[in-house]
Amino acid sequence: MAVLTDRPPAAAPARRDQRVARTLATRFLGYATLIFFGLVFLYPFVIQIGNALKTEPDAAANPLSPIPDPLTLAGFERIFAGTNFPLWLGNSLLVTVLVTIGRVFFDSLAGYALARLRFRGRSGLFAAVIAVLAVPGVVLLIPKFLVLNQLGIYNSYAGLVVPLLADAAGVFIMKQFFESIPLSVEEAARIDGASIFRTFWSVVLPMAKPALITLTILSFQGSWNEFPHSLVSVQDPDLFTLPRGLADLVSGSLGKGTQYPLKLGAALLATIPVAIIFVVFQRYFVRDANDGSDKG
Amino acid sequence: MATETLTAVGTARGKSPRRRRRGIRRDETVAGWLFVAPVIVILGLFLLLPILMAFWVSLTDWNGQGSPFTSEVPFVGGHNYTQLFTEDGLARRDFMTSIRNNIYYVAIVVPAQTVLALGLALVVNNRMLKGKSFFRSAFYFPSVTSSVAISVVFLFLFANSGAVNALLAFLGIDGPEWFADSRGVLHLLLGTVGVDSPPAGLTGGGPFGLSWWDWLAGPSVAMMSIITLVVWTTSGTFMLMFLAGLQNVPVALDEASILDGASRWQRFRHVTLPLLKPTTFLVLTLGLIGSWQVFDQVYVMSQGDPAKTTLTPAYLSYRTAFRDFDYGSGAAISFVLFLIIIVFTLIQRRALAERDTDRPRRGWRRRRVPERS
Repeated sequence: MAVLTDRPPAAAPARRDQRVARTLATRFLGYATLIFFGLVFLYPFVIQIGNALKTEPDAAANPLSPIPDPLTLAGFERIFAGTNFPLWLGNSLLVTVLVTIGRVFFDSLAGYALARLRFRGRSGLFAAVIAVLAVPGVVLLIPKFLVLNQLGIYNSYAGLVVPLLADAAGVFIMKQFFESIPLSVEEAARIDGASIFRTFWSVVLPMAKPALITLTILSFQGSWNEFPHSLVSVQDPDLFTLPRGLADLVSGSLGKGTQYPLKLGAALLATIPVAIIFVVFQRYFVRDANDGSDKG
Repeated sequence: MATETLTAVGTARGKSPRRRRRGIRRDETVAGWLFVAPVIVILGLFLLLPILMAFWVSLTDWNGQGSPFTSEVPFVGGHNYTQLFTEDGLARRDFMTSIRNNIYYVAIVVPAQTVLALGLALVVNNRMLKGKSFFRSAFYFPSVTSSVAISVVFLFLFANSGAVNALLAFLGIDGPEWFADSRGVLHLLLGTVGVDSPPAGLTGGGPFGLSWWDWLAGPSVAMMSIITLVVWTTSGTFMLMFLAGLQNVPVALDEASILDGASRWQRFRHVTLPLLKPTTFLVLTLGLIGSWQVFDQVYVMSQGDPAKTTLTPAYLSYRTAFRDFDYGSGAAISFVLFLIIIVFTLIQRRALAERDTDRPRRGWRRRRVPERS
């Protein structure tokens, strides 16, 4: 402001015009960039939907066009009649539900203990959780296979589910959240004689709803999309989950133009549940990514 | 700040609750261990124990038959490791090829996703634009979808008669057969200036059994399509991190620099970017850690082909173990990869820890920024 009044008055209108022009230019450029990248990030999905509804020759001839001509559900019919898709879907649902329940329950139990209960070894345990966070998943492919094999649960539902029932990231999220809840409420419950588990279950957990929703969504998304684990834990096609079945469907064809409507349709169906959850619970996804930066 | 007030309250009313607690300490010990027991059992059984088992297997020639922990399995000591580094042979050539491929992959993916994420964050953070939250979600959406499903879509986009080539044809460019093209991008660039065969100095032996010419091939055309896919899927997540970082840039600071007559570039260069330094560091190191783990996309899109130019250490270790039944060698590759990733993780954690102890000074420096610019 001070700077503005110091200027000679005659120069002011010209400057203002300039500024208005610059603002308009900025806005135009801003929207142009947004729309360009909006297309870059969303158009592949539009192409996917369009081509899933096309005939094979049409998909090969007009891959860029989102409009099927003629429109056909033949691809989807073949997904359900010609592949094991319904079976994969069932397996994925079962695994996802069990893993999500397990993670939410076990991670919050452990998170609560690490945040609030005083016991010998607690800080060591927390350090171990942090260390486990650093272990990259892909180097565990062979190790996981070895242990499942040794325990005799390779190629079984137990092998698909049990190793995923707890995760260090979830424990970390829950611990951070429990630490942010004021102590006084649980102290009151404890003084009233409630047991530790009861205090946790009926006093603390209800207050942890936002963190529980976040963890539920992350677990759902993580286990629904999980691929490498199913690759090393089962071999029997009857135990394939959706990502495994999908990978089986396309691998080997190496980009040759065969059955694209069917493959795109199957990939689309596998994407829909996470897409719905993303749209409904978006703010929890965003919160998680921001937590990631806070953590750092 | 919040923690400071909490501890202050805690110490102020300290004594009596602590004494009362001592009575129920034993309960807390039992409950504490019971509460963490499921997590300890699962992570111990399926994470720590397997790592130890795999380390043992990496010292043997186990072929997948029977148990690896019997005396019949041949113990070979460090042979699976020396094979990767010092002995001339297929194992070393494949491993070094995978390392080369992954180095090029990292060298493109990490800078590209960081710049793209920062750019998107700056646009989405612009106060003058409407509809930003829609675009923010659009940019982030690919990050939450299944890597396998997205790879299927990109297989179609990059197919010979696919959308990318249709788009290139529209611009008058004859697109390559993406997934059949093993030519390195750097070789192609050299080809445009007339260097088609390796110059005499580069045919000779480079380090670890690959010729210099092979080391300098650049990512193959096929690898470029995987790189495109990964940059496209990960940028959204990192954009959100940059957005969170941008919220720490005080509006007053930005306005002050406008009044000082700083140009947009100057403001970005001297005000925004220095304040985003911690976020940028986080994004870069997370990118480094993540991009050494590329596996799903390779499995679905190329399986290491063409001519092994999309082979990565992660995929090679899988293939060596589960396709060639050489579990010892595969496990050894995993451990080398583990070491590479852990180095980046430790660098990151170290720097972040230093940053946290630096916090008060950072506040002081932040206030100094406008004066300096």
